[in-house]
Amino acid sequence: MTTGRVHSYETLGALDGPGLRLVIFLQGCPLRCCYCHNPDTWDVAAGQPTSVADISQRITRFMPYFGHRGGVTLSGGEPLLQAAFCVEILRECRRLGVHSAIDTGGGVWNDVCRQAADLADIVILDIKAANAELWQAVTGRDGFSTLLQLIADFRASQRPVWIRQVVAKGLNDRPKAMRELAALVAGLNCERVELLPYHEMGRSKWEKLGLDYAAKQLQPPMPALLADLEKVLAALRGG
Amino acid sequence: MSKAEFIPGNWQQSIDVRDFIQHNVRPYEGDDAFLAGPTARTTALNAKYERLKRLEQELGGVIDIDTTTVSSLLNYSPGYLDKNQELIVGLQTNRPLKRGVNPFGGIRMAEQACEGYGFELSPKVLEHFQYRTTHNDGVFRVYTPEMRAVRRSGVITGLPDAYGRGRIIGDYRRVPLYGVNALIKQKEADKLALGQGNMDEETIRLSEEVYRHIDFLGKLKEMAATYGYDIADPARTAREATQWLYFAYLAAIKEQNGAAMSLGRVSSFLDIYFERDIAAGELDESGAQEIIDDFVLKLRMARQLRTPDYNELFAGDPMWITEAIGGMGLDGRTLVTKSSYRFLNTLRNLGAAPEPNLTVLWAEKLPAPFKDFCAKLSIETDSLQYENDDLMRERFGDDYAIACCVSAAKVGKQMQFFGARCNLAKILLMALNGGRDEVSGEQVGPVGDVIGDGVLDFDDVRQRYRRYLEWLSHLYVNTMNVIHYMHDKYAYEKIQMALHDTQVERFMSFGAAGLSVTTDSFSAIKYARVTPVKDARGLVTDFKTEGDFPAYGNDDDRADSIARELCDELIGELRKTPTYRDAIHTLSILTITSNVVYGKKTGSTPDGRKKGEPFAPGANPMHRRDKCGALASLNSIAKLCYDSCRDGISNTFSIVPETLGRDLKDQQDNLVALLNGYFSQKAHHLNVNVLNREKLIDAMDHPEKYPNLTIRVSGYAVNFSALSRKQQEEVISRTYHKQL
Repeated sequence: MTTGRVHSYETLGALDGPGLRLVIFLQGCPLRCCYCHNPDTWDVAAGQPTSVADISQRITRFMPYFGHRGGVTLSGGEPLLQAAFCVEILRECRRLGVHSAIDTGGGVWNDVCRQAADLADIVILDIKAANAELWQAVTGRDGFSTLLQLIADFRASQRPVWIRQVVAKGLNDRPKAMRELAALVAGLNCERVELLPYHEMGRSKWEKLGLDYAAKQLQPPMPALLADLEKVLAALRGG
Repeated sequence: MSKAEFIPGNWQQSIDVRDFIQHNVRPYEGDDAFLAGPTARTTALNAKYERLKRLEQELGGVIDIDTTTVSSLLNYSPGYLDKNQELIVGLQTNRPLKRGVNPFGGIRMAEQACEGYGFELSPKVLEHFQYRTTHNDGVFRVYTPEMRAVRRSGVITGLPDAYGRGRIIGDYRRVPLYGVNALIKQKEADKLALGQGNMDEETIRLSEEVYRHIDFLGKLKEMAATYGYDIADPARTAREATQWLYFAYLAAIKEQNGAAMSLGRVSSFLDIYFERDIAAGELDESGAQEIIDDFVLKLRMARQLRTPDYNELFAGDPMWITEAIGGMGLDGRTLVTKSSYRFLNTLRNLGAAPEPNLTVLWAEKLPAPFKDFCAKLSIETDSLQYENDDLMRERFGDDYAIACCVSAAKVGKQMQFFGARCNLAKILLMALNGGRDEVSGEQVGPVGDVIGDGVLDFDDVRQRYRRYLEWLSHLYVNTMNVIHYMHDKYAYEKIQMALHDTQVERFMSFGAAGLSVTTDSFSAIKYARVTPVKDARGLVTDFKTEGDFPAYGNDDDRADSIARELCDELIGELRKTPTYRDAIHTLSILTITSNVVYGKKTGSTPDGRKKGEPFAPGANPMHRRDKCGALASLNSIAKLCYDSCRDGISNTFSIVPETLGRDLKDQQDNLVALLNGYFSQKAHHLNVNVLNREKLIDAMDHPEKYPNLTIRVSGYAVNFSALSRKQQEEVISRTYHKQL
């Protein structure tokens, strides 16, 4: 049976998908986002090797809490970096009758990823930035075209998605960024679009790893401004 | 409209409140839309109380003490908050928030309590008690040197040997339903029947007790008469029913300064009267709510006089006026009524408050709107605790209530002998030190050799622990037997026991503290390398722990099975020694706030906890050792066996609102799902706090900004500003479930 690398678990996940969720943080990420709050998930060689059977057993332990809405969310790191592992876990979720979600940064996309997305009940897509230049600035990678392929696929398949974007002062706290985001996700089957305020709580993890925090110039957005941007975005999406 | 008669049943032939409820209750499956806000009268009266409460805080916690009168049913003239405005009347003394002295538990305790607040107990009272034996006198006449030694060292702490044992719930509903005269008649018949059999020691004792029941039921009637009420006959209206019931409870708290004085399970009983008056057009929703608001305001005004030492153990001046709300009937109908909502609604109408200790009996089949309402109130007020009705109903039927925080008992049919708790971590350290106390060095337990140097061997340490546990369990039961024999003899709860059946079933309820520390210590010894470090006396006072070990609270069976085994083992050992009056041995995993004091008295432990550091409260995992999030922590606790811990398994859960969900609706739904999931695994109890750590830190520094900030701690709620700085810090240091 397939094994994968797991960074950690959050057994009370109430933010990454509907209801109460077991969030499985998979190890490894192709992106190097400047504000990443889990830089310890980057290294593809780290993490705990774990079998699908172990994960299945763990899921069973939390099923009493899922109710009608909750379930399992595969997050990371970038879960789709271990797409084959994701496919097997998501098959387990189906077998157990558990709602499932993938929480991806859109940094990787291929046929196995598509298979995983097909098996998940919902995909949460964190769009780091809605234009190529800014995307590269945030993620430190040249992968915007991959994201565009992924979005085109999502538009064609009309799979249900939640869209997210982290908003930071001095980065994207502008109506222009909202216009770009709205244009990028137009035509997707969006159940939710969320703006998440940037926070500095990941900083200590960078320092622990001996890394120089890359988002020093960023600040959390003003709450009132964030609320305004949410309105702008909603209006652009016609809601 | 004329008033409907109650549906008849067995309740008319014998004293059977449950039968009355079953025939007459009107389950309510709707939502909270019908509820009424406070009337102007309620708001004004509540403001008056709030002013007095502020004054009480400014004066250091006590407004006034009547130092010349011994508290009982008839020793004070009637008191009022505002005589012309109150719908429900009656105070413990002649003035609001003035405390009475109750020296029957022990005269020294009463004296110290007065002195602690700058008062002096009247020489008249002192002289009177020179010629009287108190409960405390009796106990110390019989205590053996060994009992004194364990008490001193803190292996067993908080024994009710110098104060009222409490934890007895009178069936206060009997007074409105039957009137006092009928209750006296029943007791007279019981007494006659007792005389027909063999007059052995137990029968003679019981017969004298019934004599005292009758005596105090008479006094209860007289007490009500001083307020202008004749409660000889059954109550006729909702207001009368509430007033009669409150008089019965008031008599109990006048007579007894018990450690926990629960109200029982009254809301759906009273609902029958409220719904009948509303149907008859005599009362509207606002009027019904107003009576309940006023009743609850009276409960919030209840006070006992305790020593500053006691407050260190159980912070925030608690009374544990626990009211059990909701649950299901044995026939599958819910016992949620509109008055269940009305009681909870007092948290909005009068503001959040720790008392009464509102306890929701959670069941899988509880009406969904009621679950939603409870979750919403928890998020708003942090004033609710939840207990598993599906678990308790199987064992206690559908008319049980909760004594103190987590102890179930059939109302009026079962009582408990409360027994504080033993310190499992200290037993472990004593086992390593050959029976000597690791702090004082005193030989407390049987003499043995101090464990050798080098890495600890799990099986060896486990065996040593077992030996000392056997010794302590025997001593613990014997000590409790002494205490409760003397409490029955010198500080018997006359009015509360008058509101029980004459033949009651008794529990003797033992307790354990330090479960998580001891579990993790054993896990460290088993899975990591633990080397003892000895001091100049040759005693193990520290440990070197190398390597990782699974900690309790991560849903990891390697650690959780140790926790479960420790509980099963302890109750098994306790059961080997017979109890006073054939009480059934039970066990609770509950510390209230005493986990701080227990920690203070306990040396360093193999899990890495340093000497003096607090334990986790109740059955909670140790602070910050649960690494997989809140549900893993709940799953660990759910593995403890309720049948081993029939007196309750307490768990306090704190979560930041933003972690529970993005918006209020999500938070509410997720809290309901969490409670459903936890209790479906046969877990017993959950205290729920939904609040920010930052808010607590701010409240610690600026208490004036948060006069009514209420938080749940192990088994009860407290006003945060009433905690000591140390206790506040401990609450803040606890694991907060928060996701980045």
